[in-house]
Amino acid sequence: MSMRIEKHVILDVNKKEKLVEIKVDGKTIQAYEGEPILGALLDAGIKINRYTVKKHEPRGLFCGIGQCTDCAMVVDGEANVRTCITPVREGMVIKTQDGLSKGE
Amino acid sequence: MLQKKDVVVVGAGPAGLAASIEAGKAGASVLLVDLNLKAGGQLFKQIHKFFGSSEHRSGTRGFDIGNQLLDEAKEAGVEIWLGSTVIGLFPRMKVVIEKGMDSNKKEVITVQAKKIIIATGASENVIRFKGWTIPGVMGAGAAQTMINVNHVKPGRRVVMLGSGNVGLIVSYQLMQAGCEVVALVEAAPKIGGYAVHAAKIRRAGVPIYMNHTIVEAIPGEDGCVSKVIIAKVDSNFMPISGTEKELEADTVTLAAGLKPSVELSKLMKCECTFNGVFGGSIPLHNESMETSVEGIYVAGDSTGVEEANTALEEGKIAGISAAEALGYLTAEEGNKERTEIWKRLDALRMGPFGERRLAEKNNILEEYRIRVGAPSKEELMEVDDDVDD
Repeated sequence: MSMRIEKHVILDVNKKEKLVEIKVDGKTIQAYEGEPILGALLDAGIKINRYTVKKHEPRGLFCGIGQCTDCAMVVDGEANVRTCITPVREGMVIKTQDGLSKGE
Repeated sequence: MLQKKDVVVVGAGPAGLAASIEAGKAGASVLLVDLNLKAGGQLFKQIHKFFGSSEHRSGTRGFDIGNQLLDEAKEAGVEIWLGSTVIGLFPRMKVVIEKGMDSNKKEVITVQAKKIIIATGASENVIRFKGWTIPGVMGAGAAQTMINVNHVKPGRRVVMLGSGNVGLIVSYQLMQAGCEVVALVEAAPKIGGYAVHAAKIRRAGVPIYMNHTIVEAIPGEDGCVSKVIIAKVDSNFMPISGTEKELEADTVTLAAGLKPSVELSKLMKCECTFNGVFGGSIPLHNESMETSVEGIYVAGDSTGVEEANTALEEGKIAGISAAEALGYLTAEEGNKERTEIWKRLDALRMGPFGERRLAEKNNILEEYRIRVGAPSKEELMEVDDDVDD
């Protein structure tokens, strides 16, 4: 079930952006172009963005404004990309980050 | 290549925008830098109507104020770099900026400033309990960004920790977004925020647990929050064994106050002081919002956590004072504006919460007079006029 806000008393929540497809750990999900990657992930029910280096513990959305890096993932081969402030582009390939990934 | 600007403003929230607009209007060349993809700071999350008098845009929603400020900044000729982080401030007012951040096209640019205005805002405090790092536990501000800016719910069933204005307002906004607020948990015996916000939560039937705290967030099979254990606390805020209660929830939002972001002020060795009311360690400043270092100004939450209107007014003072120091305004013009704005700031700092902040603000100005006197003109801080264009 979608996590998007469908109606709101104050906000206009009808997205006007183009609906595109991105790949997350091999699975294709839908996203709006330009929205933060994290928004599309939450909508798809994906809450774990990375695993920590030493204890391999899961981390996800914590600050939502690019400060804490808990939502960092591997995006198009580049590691440590903060998904809460990085906009979606069509065809992006995203992977859950394991420790200090060096990307690809 | 070194770029030159009269004023570099760090942070495009209400304080930074207001500072940029005033300096730009006066005739200074202004560069405004912000790490986000959109200017406006936290204003665009604020979908509730503001309090105060009409000259402080009461009844206007935060995001409308944000859009007004963006238009004014454009008119004032302010150059805005978004997706850009100030990664260093160096002697002789050199500002090093990483432009383009996480993209493949990022570059590092040095800007030669004459004045620097630090308006970096604040960050959320966290409360630690067993399981506080599990996905699903987040800042209340993070949840607010998801619903009000990104229009996506961070979870379905939320436990809010903290009953200050952020905790109360975000609880209500989570309900407006279609989330269920399972409980509002507050360790103190009294609601921290305004009664009017608390009443909305009560009317909506949200259970409010006073004298309670979160003991543990328990993960489900997916590794994310599935249960939250709360317990009653004693007079030392320690959980009382045997009073635990289990709540079904997939999200915990922490509203435990904010802490001024003072990294850049400290980097510039601005004299700081600790102030509990304003959220922690903050740079001292005078009536012109100038720090102990000549040419470095501060404004907004980064010099004491308050709210958007006080940030706006302080930002205006910083912008006007920087423009005046550069000769774009006369001392008479500057003084007149500053006097008016300080009057408006005093009017904003009223009521049971405001009065405390008014008293502390005056203490900070006094401490500046005693410890600093006048801004120090360090030789290294002087503007280097010999740089190449």
